[in-house]
Amino acid sequence: MNEPASNTASNPIPETAQQLSGSQLIIKLLERQGITHIAGVPGGAALPLYDSLVGSSIKHVLARHEQGAGFIAQGMARVSGEAQVCFASSGPGASNLITAVADARLDSVPLIAITGQVPQQMIGTDAFQEIDTFGLMLPITKHNWMVRSAEELLTVIPEAFRIALSGRPGPVSIDVPKDVQNQLVDITEWPEPGVAEATPEFDEQAVDAMLVKIRESHKPLLMIGGGIVYSGASEQLREFAEKLDVPTVQTFMGLGILPSDHRLSLGMLGMHGARYTNYLLEECDLLIGLGVRFDDRATGKVEAFCPQAEIIHVDIDRSEIGKVKNPVLSIQADVGEVLTIANQQLEAMQRPLWQQRVEQLKAAHPLILDGDDELFRPYGAIKAVASILDDTANISTDVGQHQMWVAQAYPFNRPRQWISSGGLGTMGFGLPAAVGAALAQPNRKSVCFSGDGSFMMNIQELATAAEENLDVKVIILNNGHLGLVRQQQTLFYEKNLNAVKYQQTVDFAKVAEAMGCKGVNLALSDDPMTDLKNALLEHGPCVINLPISEKEMVYPMVAPGGANADMIGGEAQ
Amino acid sequence: MSAVMTSNTVKLQQSVLMLTVNNHPGVMSAVCGLFSRRSYNLEGIMVRPIQGTDGAQSRVWLLLNEVDKLEQVMRHTEKLVDVLTVDRHRFEDSVFAKTEGFFEV
Repeated sequence: MNEPASNTASNPIPETAQQLSGSQLIIKLLERQGITHIAGVPGGAALPLYDSLVGSSIKHVLARHEQGAGFIAQGMARVSGEAQVCFASSGPGASNLITAVADARLDSVPLIAITGQVPQQMIGTDAFQEIDTFGLMLPITKHNWMVRSAEELLTVIPEAFRIALSGRPGPVSIDVPKDVQNQLVDITEWPEPGVAEATPEFDEQAVDAMLVKIRESHKPLLMIGGGIVYSGASEQLREFAEKLDVPTVQTFMGLGILPSDHRLSLGMLGMHGARYTNYLLEECDLLIGLGVRFDDRATGKVEAFCPQAEIIHVDIDRSEIGKVKNPVLSIQADVGEVLTIANQQLEAMQRPLWQQRVEQLKAAHPLILDGDDELFRPYGAIKAVASILDDTANISTDVGQHQMWVAQAYPFNRPRQWISSGGLGTMGFGLPAAVGAALAQPNRKSVCFSGDGSFMMNIQELATAAEENLDVKVIILNNGHLGLVRQQQTLFYEKNLNAVKYQQTVDFAKVAEAMGCKGVNLALSDDPMTDLKNALLEHGPCVINLPISEKEMVYPMVAPGGANADMIGGEAQ
Repeated sequence: MSAVMTSNTVKLQQSVLMLTVNNHPGVMSAVCGLFSRRSYNLEGIMVRPIQGTDGAQSRVWLLLNEVDKLEQVMRHTEKLVDVLTVDRHRFEDSVFAKTEGFFEV
C-alpha cells in the first residue's frame, strides 16, 4: 500500500483518494478516536486486523484470555471514563468476551468489542470457529453491528463511540468478517471521530420543584450512584448535599463520590450496608435518587424500601424512571447539569433535628468492623492496606466476601477510585481490571483485593501484568473457600456446606513467581506488616497471600429478597 | 405467540404498538429479544417494509396484553438504536383487527 506521507491523524483529509483495507481502516479510525491501548487476543478471523496493527501508534496488550482482554479494556474505561477497545477473533474468541461485555452493560461502562468473523460467504455454514456473534452480543450491548462492507466502517466506528459514550454509557460490539477486513476501499475523506451526543434537555422548573420538595421535607436522604461518577458531578453533589444539609447514602457504584469521612456520608446502603444506614432509610420522608437505578441489592424487598418516603428520581436513562420505584417527581437528565442549576439558587439551610436523629442511630447501630486492628482478619487487612496507600491508588476487587468487606471498610475518597463488578458480579473481574487501570493510569498504584475463589478465574493475566511490568498488587484474602457461598449456606441452608471448600490448596505466591510476578506469602512472614508495606510500595506486579478464617462473615446482611430493615448480624455489643 | 383473541373482555387488556424501524438485518431480533428478555409477553407481531422509503424503513406492529407495564416497555423500546418511533395504536383499526380471520381454527 502506498500511503501519501502527509496522511497522519493530524492531517485527516487526504489530498487524493487512498486505498485502504477494511482492517487498516479500523486501525486508522481507532487512532483518530484517540485510542492508545487495545487489549486483545488474535486468531484466524482477526489476522488482517492484527496485521494492520503493526506500525500503528496504538499499543496492543496481549491478554492471556479474551475475557481478560475485555476486563482490561473495562479497567481502562472505568478509571478514565473514556471508551476503550478490546479485540478478539471469531468463535470462542468472541464467546469468551461475552462475560466482560455483559458486565460492562450492567455497570454502564463504555466498552467497544471488535471481533473477527468468518468470511461472509461462509457465514451460516457452521464454518470453523463460526458463531453467531451478532446474535450473542445483541442482548448485552447498547447496540451492535455485523459489518458487511469496508465502506460501512466509516460510519460504524464513529457511531460505536458515539453510542457507547452517549447518555447512559455502555458497551457496543462490532463483528467484522474476514473478507470485509481484507476488502479495499477508496478513502477521500475521514469521518469526524464519534463523541458523546448532547445530554437530554430538561425542564428547569422541575429542578425548582425538586428544591421545594427537599426544603419542605423534614427527613430527606440523598441516594447517590454511578450516574454521578459518570457525569463527573461529585463536586456539584457535595455542594448540593452540604447546602441542603441532607444525609447521603451511596450505592455500590457510587462509593467514593463523597469522601468516606464526610459528615453527611452514611456509607453504602442495602444488603451489606450499616445498620444505621438502613434504619435511616426506614425513617426518611423523602428519598432523592441521583444517578441510581434502585438495584435489588440496594433496595432489598422493594415494597419495604423507604416505606415512609416520597421518591424523587434524577437519571439520564428514561427507562430507569418508574422501573422499580414510582417517583413523585422525576427528571430525565444528566445529573451534573441538574445539580449545577440547583446549586445556583441554593441558600444554605440546616436540619438540626434530623441530623440529631442521624447521630442517635449512628451511635446506637454503628458499622461494626470486627477485628479491624488485626492484620489476619478481613477488616484489619483492608485497614492495613489503606494505611499504607494514599488516595491516589486505584482499588479494584473481585466478587464475594472480600468485595463487600472492601466496600464497607476501605476509605474511598474520590470518584473512579473504586473499580468493581457491581451488576453482573463477575468473579475474575479484579486482576484484569487492575491491569487495565494500571495501563490507563501508570502513575497510580493499582491494588486489587481478591479472594482465592475469584482469583483463580482469571489468574492467567498475571503473565500479562508481568509482561507489561505494571504496578499491580493483588491482595488475596485467602480462606480456602468460596466464602460468600459458604456464608449463605451457613445462614440460609442450615449450614449444609456443599461445594464451597477447596480441598486442593494453591500456593498463590509461587504461582505468581512462576508467571513472572513477585509473590509474598504473609503466612510465612516474620514481620507481616513490614512485608506487606514493602510489597505494596515497591514498583511492579506482586501477589500477596493473606490467610483469613473461613468462618469470617460479612455483616450486617439482608437476606436476598428480604427487607433492608431485617438485617442479620453486625449488632453493637 | 398465540392467535389474536376475539373476546371483547380480553381485547380491552390488549395494547397495540406501532414502531418505525431501520430496515436492518437484526432489528426484528432486537425488538423480540427485548420483549422476551424483559418478560413482556408478545401476543402478535407483523413486520413489513414501509412503502416509499426504498426499503430503508420497516413498520413493526406489536400486540401486547400487559397494560400495566406498557409505559416501561415503550421506554425500553425507544432506547433501541434502530427504532425510530414508538406509538400506541387503537386495536380496532390495527393490522391485528384486520387480520383476525387468518388466526381462527
